[in-house]
Amino acid sequence: MRQGAGPQLRRNFTALAVVSIAYLVLTLFVTNSYYQLILTLVPVWALFGVSWNILSGYGGQLSFGHASFFGIGAYTVTLAVVYWGLSPWLGIPLGMLLGGLAAILIGMPTFRLRGHYFALSMLAYPLAILYVLQYLGFQEVSIPMHRGNPVTFMEFSEPRLYTLIAVLLLVGGVVVSMVIENSRFGLALLAIRQNELAAEAAGINARLWKMRSLVVSGMMAAVAGGFYARVLVVVTPDSVFGMLVSAQAVVVTLFGGVASVWGPLIGAAILVPLAETLQAELGTFLPGIQGVVYGIAIIAIMLLSPDGLFWTVRDRWFRPKAAAPLPDLIPTSAPARPATARAGVTLLKVENLSRAFGGLKAVSEVSFSIAEGEILGIIGPNGAGKTTLFNVLNGVIPADSGSAELAGRPMLGRKTFEVCRMGVGRTFQVVRSFPRLPVLDNVIVGAYGAGLSDRDAIAATVRALHDVGLQDQASVAAGQLTNKQLRLMELARALAGHPRLLLLDETLAGLGREECDSVLHVLARLREQGVTICIIEHTMHAMMRLADRFVVLDHGRVLATGLPRAVVENASVIEAYLGKKWLARQHA
Amino acid sequence: MDLEILIENVLNAVTAGITIGAIYGLMCIGLGLIFGIMRIVNFAQGELLMLGMFSSFYLVTGGKALSFLGPYWGPFVGAICAAPIVFAGGALLHKFLISRVSGLRTAGSLDEGHFGQLIVTLGISLILQNGGQIVFGSTPVAVRTPLSAEAFLLGPVYGAATVFLNKAKLIAFFVAILVAIVLYLTLEYTRLGKALRAAADNPTAATYMGIEVDTAYRIAFGLGAGITAVAGGLMASYISFGPFVGFDYVIIMYSGVVLGGMGSILGAFWGGLTVGFVQQFSALILPPQLQNAAIFVVFLMIVLLRPQGLFGRSADRA
Repeated sequence: MRQGAGPQLRRNFTALAVVSIAYLVLTLFVTNSYYQLILTLVPVWALFGVSWNILSGYGGQLSFGHASFFGIGAYTVTLAVVYWGLSPWLGIPLGMLLGGLAAILIGMPTFRLRGHYFALSMLAYPLAILYVLQYLGFQEVSIPMHRGNPVTFMEFSEPRLYTLIAVLLLVGGVVVSMVIENSRFGLALLAIRQNELAAEAAGINARLWKMRSLVVSGMMAAVAGGFYARVLVVVTPDSVFGMLVSAQAVVVTLFGGVASVWGPLIGAAILVPLAETLQAELGTFLPGIQGVVYGIAIIAIMLLSPDGLFWTVRDRWFRPKAAAPLPDLIPTSAPARPATARAGVTLLKVENLSRAFGGLKAVSEVSFSIAEGEILGIIGPNGAGKTTLFNVLNGVIPADSGSAELAGRPMLGRKTFEVCRMGVGRTFQVVRSFPRLPVLDNVIVGAYGAGLSDRDAIAATVRALHDVGLQDQASVAAGQLTNKQLRLMELARALAGHPRLLLLDETLAGLGREECDSVLHVLARLREQGVTICIIEHTMHAMMRLADRFVVLDHGRVLATGLPRAVVENASVIEAYLGKKWLARQHA
Repeated sequence: MDLEILIENVLNAVTAGITIGAIYGLMCIGLGLIFGIMRIVNFAQGELLMLGMFSSFYLVTGGKALSFLGPYWGPFVGAICAAPIVFAGGALLHKFLISRVSGLRTAGSLDEGHFGQLIVTLGISLILQNGGQIVFGSTPVAVRTPLSAEAFLLGPVYGAATVFLNKAKLIAFFVAILVAIVLYLTLEYTRLGKALRAAADNPTAATYMGIEVDTAYRIAFGLGAGITAVAGGLMASYISFGPFVGFDYVIIMYSGVVLGGMGSILGAFWGGLTVGFVQQFSALILPPQLQNAAIFVVFLMIVLLRPQGLFGRSADRA
């Protein structure tokens, strides 16, 4: 569990218990069978919304095809009764398994896509399944009655029992969702949603976490679908795989509040009774009124309160209290950094590294090495290939040829998060933060990425925050930091994973003289602690003070390497920076 | 004998692929303007197509405003007349809803506003589909023309193999090509066209160049809607349709635009033509219910096999 999760989870569990008991008491007073059905459907659609929320709310992977999983659950339960005489008590778990399996099959190709391509592709799956089912002749399948032993087949004469089961299923789903939200799983998803590359560079295996969230989500959706089929008895491809079904999950969650466990519950509790009542009252002469209401609801919510009702209400009337203070673990109990540097031992060795974009050789035959404990400055004019070099080392883009080894282990050909786990921290030219997460969570992502346990992760995070001097900003959202603080926070995120090597991409860019000095101070202190640093920088005076050695790049090639003084006096370096004429005039 | 049947089937699939494909191509140009160039994810494009069909239907068969033109000219004039109607509808949609989640408002934001666009246009799509059911009813209708039941016969070309050219589809094909050419020339060579393309491509830069981006956007969105509506009107002369018809074509349109390459009007046309071909050829081997499933599979293959190449701007700079 994450820092401070305990009390929050306890509060949420209590609230959940109170709400579900109140809901069940309410059902005792309802005798109209149609309203009883609505009371059963509210938790079913809420559960479906909760499942969508895990993938699309927390993880930001917008799915318009969640009906795939819902429908798979529904058809599994129905067909299992029809063909094998399998009770829904077993059919629903079976549907859940198939839902999870479908999630893996769908996720494997589809997670190669991002953004709206992902959303559009997800849309295609339920529709393709829908047509196939129609072709196979499953236009309308109903669950046969088993009058002999009704309870074994989940057939109750008392409709409130269905409501009870629905509420229990929903409680299960919400508990899963709460646990995810308060664990590293949820944090990984939030980080991926806000900045996938930064999450990868901090050691988060984005693909894996996305896949896990899809599997959990798919299983949950299949349970909702399976139970829905049992309640309604009849399934048609349109009623469980149709567009309106996928929309249902999106609508209740967005309306209630995205990325909050309560969102889908609020959305379903308001919209499902509303739409059902309208359908019942006006459906005969206004068919499709339900869809119109949903359409208006999501447009209105998107324009008026884009994050949903829960967040708007909370922000307006229930300002969250200040977050728990930083635990007092520092710096004595924090684990010492692993190996202190052994001077002279080569840490990073790059040989003949090349990478071209079409005809442009961005990095060409670059070789250099960094000793442990050293600060190497990489300088060069704009377009010299400095950032590309980092991207290649970091696994963001593949190299064309050459090799790079970290302490004898090859780095190339690994994914970004794997490179991070080898002990390479990275910051970016344009800061990549998770703007809506507090600084503490931003930094702890780096510790989790390195695979630390919850306790060690907190300790490493606190220590990193102290190292860069951000301990007082720990609970501030990253979006509210100044440029300098953002740079330091990114540095702390890289440090939290106990890197052996830091790749810093223009950490000083855009900083004023004084800010620059204070960041330099932090870097100098890191050097004293034995961190090896490779830094890209334009500001020459800063580099002269900081770096032990320079590598000068120009047009993708290494122009010169050596001690700072020697390099800045090198004629070809001056030429690259200031031009031939300037050099000629100097000599004249 | 078998060979004759095969040849006949293949030749008919080719001609049907070309005629239907050209109409799909026109339909895709509409989405190509909105999604390919303006980069607005419009979920409701299928419903704009549906509105085009119903506009034509009410002008020609239902309201009889154009019935004086007779059953031969009426359907095609009706299809063209659907353009200004849906253009106005599209421009209004843009003014009141789409503009709030696109263009200058979201340029440079986290996901360029795609999340908001998906949600808002999904809402529009739900309202138009279900509202359409209330207004138009759910019984399928068609623009009646005797041409849809008549065909030119070519051949016999090989043995008894004959090519049937459905007259309604053939005329629709020529109208579609004509509209596509006029639109292409307008966008490519007129001042208005250049301003539209500039605004759509980079709203911020266009503002600095003195283009009224908001107006340009509205016109471009309306054009995208109107063009798709013409395609819908043309299709209305040979298929029957209801308020939910749009859905089957959304995926076709996105496949076409993505296949043809984002941001290219001509590309969108060729993309749509290709999808039409695939659909007609799949009819040779697949049962009719699975033809639409085949389109989805093609769509998935397209986006999966060329995930980056499709979306030039998505190259992530670290």
